[in-house]
Amino acid sequence: MPDFGSFCLLLGLILTVYTFVVGSLALWGGSAAGLRMTHRPAALWNRLGETARRAGIASFIAVACAAFALVWAAFTNDFSVEYIREHSNIALNPAYKFATLWSGQEGSLLLWALLLSGYGLVLRVRHRVDVRLTAFASTILAAIQIFFLLLLCVGAPPFSIHPGAVPADGAGLNPLLQYPEMVMHPPLLYLGYVGFSVPFAFALGALMMRYPGEKWIHITRRWTMVTWLFLTVGIFMGAHWAYSVLGWGGYWGWDPVENASLMPWLTGTAFLHSVMMQEKRGMMKNWNVWLIFSTFMLTILGTLLTRSGVVSSVHAFAQSDIGIWFYTFITIVFAVCLFTFFLQRDHLKSENKLESLVSRESSFLFNNLILLAACFTVLWGTLFPVLSEYVQGSKVTMGAPFYNRVNIPIGLFLLFLTGIGPLLAWRSTSLRSIRRNFVLPSIAIVATAIGLMISGVRPWNDGDDMHATFFSLMAFSLAAGVITAITEEFLRGAKVVRTQTGKNLLASAILLTRRNTRRYGGYLIHFGVVVIFIGIAGGAFNQTREQEMSYGDQMTIGPYRMVCESITQDSKGEYDTDYAVLDVYRGNKFVKQLFPELRHYFPGTDHEQQQTMVALHSTAQADLYVIFEATNPDTGRPIIKAHLNPLIAWIWIGVMIVVAGTFVALVPNLTRTVARQRQEDLAGAGTPVLGTAAVLAKAPHA
Amino acid sequence: MRRHIASPIFWAKRSPVFWAKFVQCALLGVIVVAMLGAGQSRYDRLGNELMCSCGCGQILLECNHFGCPGSPVMIRELQAQLASGASDKAILGWFATKYGPIILAAPIRGGFDDAAWIVPFTVFVLATAGTFGIVWLWKRRAGGLAMAGAGVVQESSPQDAAMRERIRRETEY
Repeated sequence: MPDFGSFCLLLGLILTVYTFVVGSLALWGGSAAGLRMTHRPAALWNRLGETARRAGIASFIAVACAAFALVWAAFTNDFSVEYIREHSNIALNPAYKFATLWSGQEGSLLLWALLLSGYGLVLRVRHRVDVRLTAFASTILAAIQIFFLLLLCVGAPPFSIHPGAVPADGAGLNPLLQYPEMVMHPPLLYLGYVGFSVPFAFALGALMMRYPGEKWIHITRRWTMVTWLFLTVGIFMGAHWAYSVLGWGGYWGWDPVENASLMPWLTGTAFLHSVMMQEKRGMMKNWNVWLIFSTFMLTILGTLLTRSGVVSSVHAFAQSDIGIWFYTFITIVFAVCLFTFFLQRDHLKSENKLESLVSRESSFLFNNLILLAACFTVLWGTLFPVLSEYVQGSKVTMGAPFYNRVNIPIGLFLLFLTGIGPLLAWRSTSLRSIRRNFVLPSIAIVATAIGLMISGVRPWNDGDDMHATFFSLMAFSLAAGVITAITEEFLRGAKVVRTQTGKNLLASAILLTRRNTRRYGGYLIHFGVVVIFIGIAGGAFNQTREQEMSYGDQMTIGPYRMVCESITQDSKGEYDTDYAVLDVYRGNKFVKQLFPELRHYFPGTDHEQQQTMVALHSTAQADLYVIFEATNPDTGRPIIKAHLNPLIAWIWIGVMIVVAGTFVALVPNLTRTVARQRQEDLAGAGTPVLGTAAVLAKAPHA
Repeated sequence: MRRHIASPIFWAKRSPVFWAKFVQCALLGVIVVAMLGAGQSRYDRLGNELMCSCGCGQILLECNHFGCPGSPVMIRELQAQLASGASDKAILGWFATKYGPIILAAPIRGGFDDAAWIVPFTVFVLATAGTFGIVWLWKRRAGGLAMAGAGVVQESSPQDAAMRERIRRETEY
């Protein structure tokens, strides 16, 4: 199987090189034939281009076979493959054996190549959307794919054979990664990272061919949104994994690997907003092109930073020698982008100019400014230790205090813009409109702030944590304003629809959303973001307790009282475990039994590893987060640490709302013609099923 | 008459009382910001400015490893330093000297470390000023173009008006 895998990778590389070289030749020949610079007919170049497209499709099959070979080797415990020996063992659960594919450096690069060729497959199969633009994008994607396949064939081969005798068992998968979310988190994150290659390829292709109009944005809109969604879910799934598994009570540590995923998310979010200005008003073309270029380059830069060992990270594969590959690649990408931009920059002239500071356009501009400021801060914080070592000769730490101090004000400003941006009209907003739209949100902000202060959220009294309380107060107040603004928008639109159709308010709101899914899906996403902010702001009121506990001992934290019922030890084959049984009471009412656990993997071996299994009681109000830290060797009693994390569940709820909003925004609009026809059919025929079927049959996109 | 908030006339016609209140609000904001962090206890504040020395990458007071070789020692050292009456700067400097600058959770030694804090804010301020500058420039140009095209607008046909109305509708969102 390793030979088959290596062969498939090599075959994939050859096919991708063919796609790139012949695809480029066909594009050049097609242009030359159009300009009558060559005597060969355009049809010949088109046929050649078609062979390149098919080779691109075949490259997906080759790379998929290589990935299959690696997974097969994991399932068959083929420890002759060095990668499998390092990341799997016989006793490993089958689900985690599948996850071996992305558990290490080489496998994750193979996953990257697989996803890239998968995206390429979809793009090439759907080439009729715009044959020539897709041919450009396909060729650019092939160029990116060459880099990854070359890296896999030469720099980081996943099918390297273990020198010497074949070991009887492997080293196994890191216990921290043996968690259901870890099976999902890396592929989702990679789908996000790799997915940005597609809008990048379309943008670069459109620029190279001087594509007229903004159709490329329409083509890539769904690609970009789906990619953004994958990255969002991937990031938050990683945060949830850190929260549920690592046992330190938090979910985001500002580690360089986490930062690497956040940076393209920030620029990608900025792109999703500013691209609307190009679509609607033909503005900010230069800016958008560079935003998507930057987003793609940040995905590569993040990988470079975290895999080359340039910056220290608690994550895996931080130290390796593949950095030079990424340096070279990113330099080439930057040079190509810069060259193409300067060559074609006259094609990117804005069709309109900004007319007012108080307009939707300027809110997008400031939204971009804030997102890029946040991105720059994260990049700066990630790179500063390296810079410091170069300048001062000593590394420094850029921990949470730095990022929190710099990014929290930026985040609050972003929250503010999330609320006011959609309330402003395109081109310019009148004073009357501002009064009409902003009165209620402003009242909500002030009322929430006053209400919170009355109920005890008073920064000036919180000596120990004044910063955090102040920013939380700001966040809650702004969140109330934004939610009011969004609700007001929904209600205003729904009332108009109710007047038109006579439906009730809820049905009108649903119809309103279906008529403009992008707008109201966007509002839902904003609402989700606000909910996430509320969850984050709750962190200001976290509490922590730690104590030794034995039978009958009690610990109180916030409204909860925990009583230790027993301390038990057990052996479960792959690991030994110590766990406590804690009865949780709220007042005198029994709530739940929790089992915080400390596992000892590979007990008695050189590589014994301890892992805490968090016991969690999650409610909308607060999470009770309990960990079995260790056993005190002097007393033999367990050390139990409890965190009370208010509102944290709202972070995960907010993400679900963001996902739902993105799905809504991805659904095509219910057009007026279809809606009207449907109403007429329903009213006239009296047979809704047949009426709907007739409408669907007539609908252009049915 | 409709007055536009972005119009200079709108701002020029504000009364002195308005400006007095505006300045008061701004001063209040500055005072609130200046007060931030004033009351935090020294132990908590300094404990959150230091990293654990065991290599776990966690803040000293958040390190969750029982039997950690670093944090209990460091906490005792921090308490001893606080008891000695040394200033915050001196205590952090003492830790940085003993464990190296990497022990500080954020670069606060002055000199080049200040760049870590100054650069993001400078970039942000410059970018904001730049954005305002661009908007102002665009507005001026748009105004100029509107003036230059004023005659043409008067001669516009009903088709042009219909097209403008269509554009207005289509760009409503």
